[in-house]
Amino acid sequence: MSNKDAYWNKTKNHMIVTLVLWAFFSLVIFMFGSELNTMSFLGYPLAYYMTAQGSLLAFVIILFWTANKQEKIDEEHGFSEREDD
Amino acid sequence: MFKGDFIQNLPKIYGTYTGGFIVFIILMALAEQAGVSAKNIGVMFVAFTVLIYALIGYLSRTIQVDAYYVAGRQVPTVFNGMATAADWMSGASFVALAGGVYFGGYTYMAFLVGWTGGYVLVATLMAPYLRKFGCYTVPDFIGTRYGGNAVRAAAVFVLFIASFTYVTAQINATGTIASRALGIPFEAGVWVGLISILICSMLGGMRAVTWTQVAQYIVLIIAYLIPVFWISSNVGGGIFPHLMLGDEVARLGELEKQFGLVKNSAADMKAAGVPGGLKYISGTHSGVPEGGMAVWKYLSLAICMMVGTASLPHILMRYFTTPTVRAARKSVAWSLFFIFLLYSSAPMLATLSKLALMDPNLPTGIIGKSISEVQSIEWVQRWSEVKQVFIADFNGDGILQLNEWFMRGDVVVLATPEVAGLPFVISGLVFAGGMAAAMSTADGLVLAISNALSHDIYYKIINPKAETAKRLLVARVLLVIIGAAGAYIASFRLTSILGSVAWAFDFAMSGLFFPLVLGVWWKRATREGAIAGIVAGIVSGTVYLTWVFPKFSVPLWGGVNTPFLGIDHLRFGLIGAPICLVVMVVVSLMTKEPSPATQKLVDDTRIPTGKAILGKQH
Repeated sequence: MSNKDAYWNKTKNHMIVTLVLWAFFSLVIFMFGSELNTMSFLGYPLAYYMTAQGSLLAFVIILFWTANKQEKIDEEHGFSEREDD
Repeated sequence: MFKGDFIQNLPKIYGTYTGGFIVFIILMALAEQAGVSAKNIGVMFVAFTVLIYALIGYLSRTIQVDAYYVAGRQVPTVFNGMATAADWMSGASFVALAGGVYFGGYTYMAFLVGWTGGYVLVATLMAPYLRKFGCYTVPDFIGTRYGGNAVRAAAVFVLFIASFTYVTAQINATGTIASRALGIPFEAGVWVGLISILICSMLGGMRAVTWTQVAQYIVLIIAYLIPVFWISSNVGGGIFPHLMLGDEVARLGELEKQFGLVKNSAADMKAAGVPGGLKYISGTHSGVPEGGMAVWKYLSLAICMMVGTASLPHILMRYFTTPTVRAARKSVAWSLFFIFLLYSSAPMLATLSKLALMDPNLPTGIIGKSISEVQSIEWVQRWSEVKQVFIADFNGDGILQLNEWFMRGDVVVLATPEVAGLPFVISGLVFAGGMAAAMSTADGLVLAISNALSHDIYYKIINPKAETAKRLLVARVLLVIIGAAGAYIASFRLTSILGSVAWAFDFAMSGLFFPLVLGVWWKRATREGAIAGIVAGIVSGTVYLTWVFPKFSVPLWGGVNTPFLGIDHLRFGLIGAPICLVVMVVVSLMTKEPSPATQKLVDDTRIPTGKAILGKQH
């Protein structure tokens, strides 16, 4: 397998992991909205908290994490850009 | 100021600008103390900020193609994040989001998840690859990847429908805010808004829009957050509402039980003469509605908004402006961070505002009081005059019930500062913020449309030999025409017919999402497949919209139809996008696989390093 193919496989797997996390916070938890709402977080009902703030925050964290992870994959395979590119 | 090491000086420049704006707010507060009228303070806020944007637009003028289309690809990560956040958060987000949460509660907040979660799709599936490609516009990518004028033109067509649906709503919002703040008629407000928008974008294209959007973000976020924190401490919500409103949310639940959530009949509301567009509270704030259909409604709306976000050209094109692929990825994260600051505050503002009106223990509470007493409150009188609030005593007991209080959603943002007893300078600030939000989104949209028409239709299809000066002239003329057309339609107040902002997302996802994603992620996708997919997606989505939306279905289909699987007019992308996918895959597999040259092009797109597919100037 060439370096390019290996790089793309890793990138693909990373994409899938990111999208699984995304689907969890955007779709899966809201399938159980009424169950979650019986629990509480910071005094808020949990499902209310997630849709008002929690999932939004999770997306921000996922995005920074996924960008950093992808940069590492770039480096490993020598596809890291120089700043002056 | 805008030469040489401008980019290195950005933090200093915008730091000074932010400081200057805060000094301006303090000056206005002093002016209010000195007896300057509320109206004049509103005028000064809007005039001052718009003049600053115009100055930035003028200083960013350019005669270079890559500066005009992609800001010279030198916008640093964090600043591009701010510009994208301003591009994204429209006048509707600014003035209507909190109102939506106020009336819709949990169910409405599917929009919040949808309008943020979409950025994960942008970052993983699209932005870095489109940046590597080096395109100027979204149809530029589709046209080059699949090859040929037909597919390029089809992409421009979808872009046009989606963005134009959106832009009339934005110009409408600009007009509303300008007319209220400046005290001029709505029609005049629309044209004032248009001129402000054009000054920011015409001379410098993407470069000017970028630097004004950063300035607009700073104004709009200050204007949103100051009132939220201030109101919170005024009504006893604590100094950091985001983490401290648990008790208030619980209290709202008790009050809902105490007052009862009553649904008014349409006949009662008509008989009482409730003005159109005003709403009342009939659902719970934090409760989750029971049943599979309610869950599906929530999820389907979130899916449409997320996938639509990842297909909207005016957002995607912001990531063409970063220096590197890596910067494009990081920039998406920063964009969402800046959006999060406002979106996570909207539910808090809604909670505070609802509690201020509903809690009889608070001095601001009105529900449960006698109607004559409520009608004598100053802000109630002021907003009643302009038909933004309304009282209908259905049961004739002279006491205001929860279902007897009607209000336009915008009032939550625009009037809560007054209700909570904040000085007028804050209301002036909110006007300036709303104006910034509406202008920045309108700028981005008008530019997305005119760039696609000038670059993809004029330069790539009609006249490929055109010289730089002529291309930029055409781009600017189109910008003015598109803006004027948007303002002309907005001035008729047809927006209720043109429909919801959500439609723009559904149009975009129906025709653009899969051609963009598969263009990068599936080498086997062919030109014929892309054309068939785009056409099938946008046509099926649009036909379904006409079938399901009563205002269209009555004349066209002869009656009102029950939405199929609960897919109503806000969610028609769920029909268009899957059809687009299936048709695109089937037709691609039936046609000859793309040439080795095209496959190599896709390979190169996937790698961050190496030369861009399209040259620096093309």
